[in-house]
Amino acid sequence: MAGGKRGGGLLKVAVVFIAILALGVGAFKPLLGAMKLGLDLQGGVYVLLQAQSTPEHAVTGEDMAALERVMRDRVDQLGIAEPVIQREGSDRLIIQLAGVSNPEEAIKMIGKTAMLEFKTSDGQVVVTGKDLKDAKAVIDQQTREPEISLKFNAEGTQKFAEATQKLVNSYGRGDPKRHIAIYLDNQLLTNPHVDEAIPSGEAVIRGGFASFQEAANLAALLRGGALPVPVQIIERRTVGPTLGADSLAKSKTAIITGLVLIALFMLVVYRLPGLVADFSLIIYGLIVLGVLWALKATLTLPGIAGLLLSVGMAVDANVIIYERLKEELRNGKTLRAAVDAGFKRAFTTIFDSNATTVLAAIVLYFLGSGTVRGFAITLSLGIAASMFTAITLTRFLLHLVIGVPAFQRLWLFGVKENQIPVAARGEI
Amino acid sequence: MSFNFDFVGRRKWWYALSLLIIIPGLIAMALHRPVLNFGIDFTGGNIIDVQFQQPVSAGQVREVLDSLDLGTSSIQATGNNEFLIRTPELNEEQTDRLIGALRDKIGQLDLKRNEKVGATIGRELTIKGIEAMAIAWVLMVIYITIRFEFLSGLAAILALIHDVLVTVGLFAVFRWEVDSTFVAAILTIIGYSINDTIVIFDRIRENLRLRRKETIEELVNRSINQSLTRSINTVLTVIIALLALMILGGETTRTFALAMLIGTISGAYSSIFTASPLWIDLRNLSRERHRQAATSKAATKAKPRKAPSH
Repeated sequence: MAGGKRGGGLLKVAVVFIAILALGVGAFKPLLGAMKLGLDLQGGVYVLLQAQSTPEHAVTGEDMAALERVMRDRVDQLGIAEPVIQREGSDRLIIQLAGVSNPEEAIKMIGKTAMLEFKTSDGQVVVTGKDLKDAKAVIDQQTREPEISLKFNAEGTQKFAEATQKLVNSYGRGDPKRHIAIYLDNQLLTNPHVDEAIPSGEAVIRGGFASFQEAANLAALLRGGALPVPVQIIERRTVGPTLGADSLAKSKTAIITGLVLIALFMLVVYRLPGLVADFSLIIYGLIVLGVLWALKATLTLPGIAGLLLSVGMAVDANVIIYERLKEELRNGKTLRAAVDAGFKRAFTTIFDSNATTVLAAIVLYFLGSGTVRGFAITLSLGIAASMFTAITLTRFLLHLVIGVPAFQRLWLFGVKENQIPVAARGEI
Repeated sequence: MSFNFDFVGRRKWWYALSLLIIIPGLIAMALHRPVLNFGIDFTGGNIIDVQFQQPVSAGQVREVLDSLDLGTSSIQATGNNEFLIRTPELNEEQTDRLIGALRDKIGQLDLKRNEKVGATIGRELTIKGIEAMAIAWVLMVIYITIRFEFLSGLAAILALIHDVLVTVGLFAVFRWEVDSTFVAAILTIIGYSINDTIVIFDRIRENLRLRRKETIEELVNRSINQSLTRSINTVLTVIIALLALMILGGETTRTFALAMLIGTISGAYSSIFTASPLWIDLRNLSRERHRQAATSKAATKAKPRKAPSH
């Protein structure tokens, strides 16, 4: 009976530990491979745009929605897989494009903060980009010449109709003042003559195009360039692909070296429980990465730093437990009782100390921006996971291990026989 | 291992040692303008990281910058024909012109990093960082007051202010550049410092419940000695992680790792040599005040009775 139990214990320990090892080896790489990498790790673009209010027009929510649509269009033209475009505050827009091979080009595309204006010769603005519904290049059926057909929205139609009517009434045909110039970012694109009043909201820019392609480019610029409000790039970060790859390689080396050294440290200092802690840490790592993956989190450099640091914190939970365990053993408790007491007494300590760190992380999350937020998430996630694994998994594994007689020798727990009260020696 | 050091008895020396490190930092901050060596995350500006394909001297890069009236920029060679150029805030056109000029006048280059931060962003970051810190401190004092007592909270906060001053002070003395990750580092240091202090306070709380015949100094000494192995081992693992990050992790995380390293060591020190001794002093101070209040109350009560006898 006793013999059977003994063998079963060892077998069980071996199976559980090998299973954890296999899980670790098997799952880490695919999990890491599936993580979304931040632009600091694979190269890319981060742009913060700010819409500018002018004396005549304060930026509205509608303007921002329109701006977001325009930016989405532009980014789509770049063919970026998973662009992040989000509004920040009342007048800012964040655009993040990871993995762009030519970040400078992407910035140029986004940064065409063009403002479209139709002006009369006396400088009056007739309509602006926000009045324009569509612009496309077509070939005139009769002349075979390329031209651009414009469509205005309701408001634009009315304004355009009034302006053209006024021009037709005021100036004779061929008069240089009977023109409506089209400006993009205060640069003259074209200055077409107004043949007749246009009440329909549909106008045509005719002539002056050398090729259909030229007309098509201008049309795209009008469509995409039709920003509702002037916009400025107030922050931009581009990381070239080589630097990204370099950072990724370096942080990989750092994290692997750090983990191996910490694991060795635990093994040397705490022996058998140290080994148990190392196996707990494998599961800890899987949980943290798994949750980050499920949250579709993006792994950035500060995030990796937070993760590595949280491993330090995770180790701390085990250290607190094991120091208690040793103390209880030295007080003459049996191994099983010492393990239980160690966990029980360590719990409040771990809880109180971690709760205060989580408070800091929560504040970081709500007040921080971008990378700081990512850091706060990984830090709190790491703490939660470390408490969970330290209290449940480490405990389970320790109980399993001390069920095996061969593992009950006290030196395996870093306690010398002569440190134990004589009365308690020999008992387990 | 079990220890029996007298930590509390020599607390005047520990306070003096802390001041010895903090005061030069404060002086450096008072003398320097700006107080810290703020990077573009705070001040606004551009950082451009270029790598040329052939050998190039910093002087050549300087010439190009001068020709574009960017004389106030700083150029830092980072090895292998690579240069980190920090300029005042440039718009997109100016950036293009600069990179174009570098290409035309010096040669083919790989643009590794090109960052621009507006000055308003830097201001917001600073204000947000300070706000975050203040809120975190208040929440921590509240939590510790609930779980322990107010004086523990006060001592713990003083210890973490100690750690922040040590870290910020050293960055001020050595003029190490401070970027946005520094804010994250400081906030993590706060978390770590409190974490470490709480572990010892927890032990004091537990020992107070089963108090033997001993003075409070002896009890605190006993508590610190009991947690000492844990304190040392934990700080060692965190230092291992940070050293790995600092030596192998590359330029971008270096500021973060360095700040964390200083803060972590200071945090381990302060939880042993600052927080617990301070707790004793604060406790004695408040007892003293209570006693004085009690005696003065007793004195005023006693007076009218005493008066007729004279």
